[in-house]
Amino acid sequence: MFKYIVKRIVLGIVTIWAVATLTFFLMNMVPGGPFLSEKAISPQATAALEAKYGLDKPMSQRYFTYMTDALHGDFGDSLKQRGRTVTSIITSRFPVSARLGGSCVLVSLILGIPLGCIAALKRGKFADSLISVVATCGIAVPSFVICTVLMYFLGVKLAILPTIGLDSIKHYIMPVAALSFYPTAYIMRLMRSSMLDVLGQDYMRTARAKGLAGGVILFKHALRNAILPVITYVGPMLAYTITGSFVVEKIFVIPGLGGEFIKAINGRDYTMIMGTTIFLATLVIIMNVFVDIAYKIVDPRIKLK
Amino acid sequence: MKKRVAALFLAAVMVVSVTACGNSSTEEPAAPSESAGETAESGDDTAAESDGGAASTGEKVLSVQIGPNPETLDPALNSAVDGGNMILHTFECLLTVDEEGKLAPGQAESWEVSEDGLTWTFHLRDGLKWSDGSDLTANDFVYSWQRVCDPNVAAPYAETVLSMVEGYEDAIAGDITKLNVVAVDDSTLEVHLTSACSYFGSLAAFATLSPVQQATVEANGDAWAVDADTYVCNGSFYISEWVPGSYIMCTKNPNYWNADAIKLDAIKFNLIEDANASYSAYQTGEVLFIKDVPTEEIPSLEGNPEFYVDPIIGTYYLSLNTQKAPFDDANVRKALSLAIDREYVANTLMQGTYSPASNFMGPGWIDTDGSEFIDNANGGQPYIDTANYEANLEEAKKLLADAGYPDGEGFPAITYSTNDAGYHKVVAEYLQQAWAELGITLDVDIVEWASFTPMRRNGDYEASRNGWVGDYSDPSNMLDLLYSTNGNNDGKFNNAEYDAAMDVSRTTLDAAERSEALHKAEDILMDQAACIPVAYYNDFWLQSDKITGMWHSAYGYWYFMYADITE
Repeated sequence: MFKYIVKRIVLGIVTIWAVATLTFFLMNMVPGGPFLSEKAISPQATAALEAKYGLDKPMSQRYFTYMTDALHGDFGDSLKQRGRTVTSIITSRFPVSARLGGSCVLVSLILGIPLGCIAALKRGKFADSLISVVATCGIAVPSFVICTVLMYFLGVKLAILPTIGLDSIKHYIMPVAALSFYPTAYIMRLMRSSMLDVLGQDYMRTARAKGLAGGVILFKHALRNAILPVITYVGPMLAYTITGSFVVEKIFVIPGLGGEFIKAINGRDYTMIMGTTIFLATLVIIMNVFVDIAYKIVDPRIKLK
Repeated sequence: MKKRVAALFLAAVMVVSVTACGNSSTEEPAAPSESAGETAESGDDTAAESDGGAASTGEKVLSVQIGPNPETLDPALNSAVDGGNMILHTFECLLTVDEEGKLAPGQAESWEVSEDGLTWTFHLRDGLKWSDGSDLTANDFVYSWQRVCDPNVAAPYAETVLSMVEGYEDAIAGDITKLNVVAVDDSTLEVHLTSACSYFGSLAAFATLSPVQQATVEANGDAWAVDADTYVCNGSFYISEWVPGSYIMCTKNPNYWNADAIKLDAIKFNLIEDANASYSAYQTGEVLFIKDVPTEEIPSLEGNPEFYVDPIIGTYYLSLNTQKAPFDDANVRKALSLAIDREYVANTLMQGTYSPASNFMGPGWIDTDGSEFIDNANGGQPYIDTANYEANLEEAKKLLADAGYPDGEGFPAITYSTNDAGYHKVVAEYLQQAWAELGITLDVDIVEWASFTPMRRNGDYEASRNGWVGDYSDPSNMLDLLYSTNGNNDGKFNNAEYDAAMDVSRTTLDAAERSEALHKAEDILMDQAACIPVAYYNDFWLQSDKITGMWHSAYGYWYFMYADITE
């Protein structure tokens, strides 16, 4: 297990390096630059800015400078938000997104797993149909539609919930609801199908034949096997959710990290693009390692090599 | 059993641990700001809902939305309108713009210009202070203006605001002390120009030339302007809190010279990016003023007394690449221009949020004698009779035939490039229709914003959307765009007569001669159809009737500092 983790970490570092390198060269190949605006700034000012941020150097040199600095933990200054470092932006914005995203993952697990189980156990019954309809809606309706509908009714018409910011528990209700709809629905469906799969296995019949209690069968034998696909899904989903959603943050005016990804790309804020990409890649890789370890714990038959 | 439970809920535990990390690291600093935000907001509510502002908290906080999180609030570095608008409240220049749009004393209580127009002398008020309570003197202006020229600062507007000052060329090359701006004594600032600049007063009111505190800037570098603690300023308000992407709280500056006239305790700039979110916040009363109104809502807002439309100096126009055939032919350009029904575009497509443009220079630009530039243009007549589209179209067809393309025969298919925002796409689709009347096939190319600007600047297009909003009300600010060597001359228009007229306007000291030269330039521009003006910009916004004492300027700024909240 230890050997495995070391191996995954080494592989992870190589992956992050590859992602960083690819991103660096791709973003520089896209036309445009960080210092453009509708009104042209003077050539001197442009040249001075480029010199200040080292953009006048050849690409290969910039690449090595960036990589060396990044290795030392220096991700540079944002080219657009003058006076702020990439690290300071990420560290101030990420906790906001993480709190929101974390709440969403919790909500979707707490709702998704039991509802999925119920749907499987009550297969073909009313509860199953109802859950299936809700799940289909959750997957089909995009989050911005849910946001808008919630905001219109709960925020504007009934005025029972605040529409902007993330200052109190009340502020969380609408964005969390909008964001957790899809993952909840997805987990429900995942749980239902894998539970059905497990329930049809021979060992389940054996367990029942042995006269084991329903609860024991469900929790000890069925759930443990059926939950594996959910774990696979939750790892990367957690990484994406806690790094923020551009749409939901924009609609509810939440100062999270999601908007920064998009703004960095649209504004060609090179250092921010690199910083956020490396950050997200690292999170995804860490989550995947966690998923593998969780697998091993839940299902000892799985060998980590 | 223990092990099993752990196994079953591992995924959940994983989540808890991660969010717990997020929580522990942020809850502490978030808590005080949270309560501050709450009291401020409830202060706003009580001030707005109960009569008089002296309710429970006694705080009068005006909650507004004028744009998203500003990239910078450093006056020298800012180039955005919304950033500039916030800076207007935190900094005060030598001069300012009053309710009538006229220049008014700011930090300087009076000013005079030498007879040759080359020396401007500003007399500062007595006892000026920074927001931290220290003294502000003429030397602070010298430092700040030199800083604007500093290549290491790379201020985007340096050339616009200081290029006429003696020693600018040396300063921009690195020797900033060469900039001929002198503090004669603590309260007198003398500025020496290389050539007369009749509108230098407007520049002295331009946010870029705000004074910044040397000690603070030198101690903190670029980061001085991102943190409320180091944001030392001299305006009517100072920043007490900035939560990036959320809000900026500006509190009344007790050290401001005119603090007694300030009625608000604070202004809260809500950093909302999405127009629909702004609109919801306005409807719920969380904000009392929004600049970003969703265009879909405009039809339903007509006749609503809270919905305002007010002109700003600026024109939505089309650039044609005059270096490429067939746009090198003035008749072709004029034909394309006359085939556009401007009233339909402005009033119907743009829902009346723009006004049809008959000239290049719209209302609000000020002639050298202080009158409206547009009133004196073309002998007081509009260049294009926008009310008479049918006749214009006939004329366009004739011009196209004269250019050798009767009914558009032999005219190559052309491409119109634009980014996708606001009404740009709708206008592009309209142009396809309008120019089809001339027998011309138009392809529309939607280009992503960051690629669009350099493409247009490099001349890699045939026809494209363009627009300009004035920085100050002197007509040269916009007429310069068509000067052959101007960096914003996207149409690559190159006309010796035009350049000559603009040269005269730059050097002459005679107001009448200067005016004549500027009008001559616009005559040439319109005669040659150097570009195609389509509509004049307006600002449109929603403003609660509880706000009194604020105004909007033709530069696109709102002045909230003397506002009040009433019931």
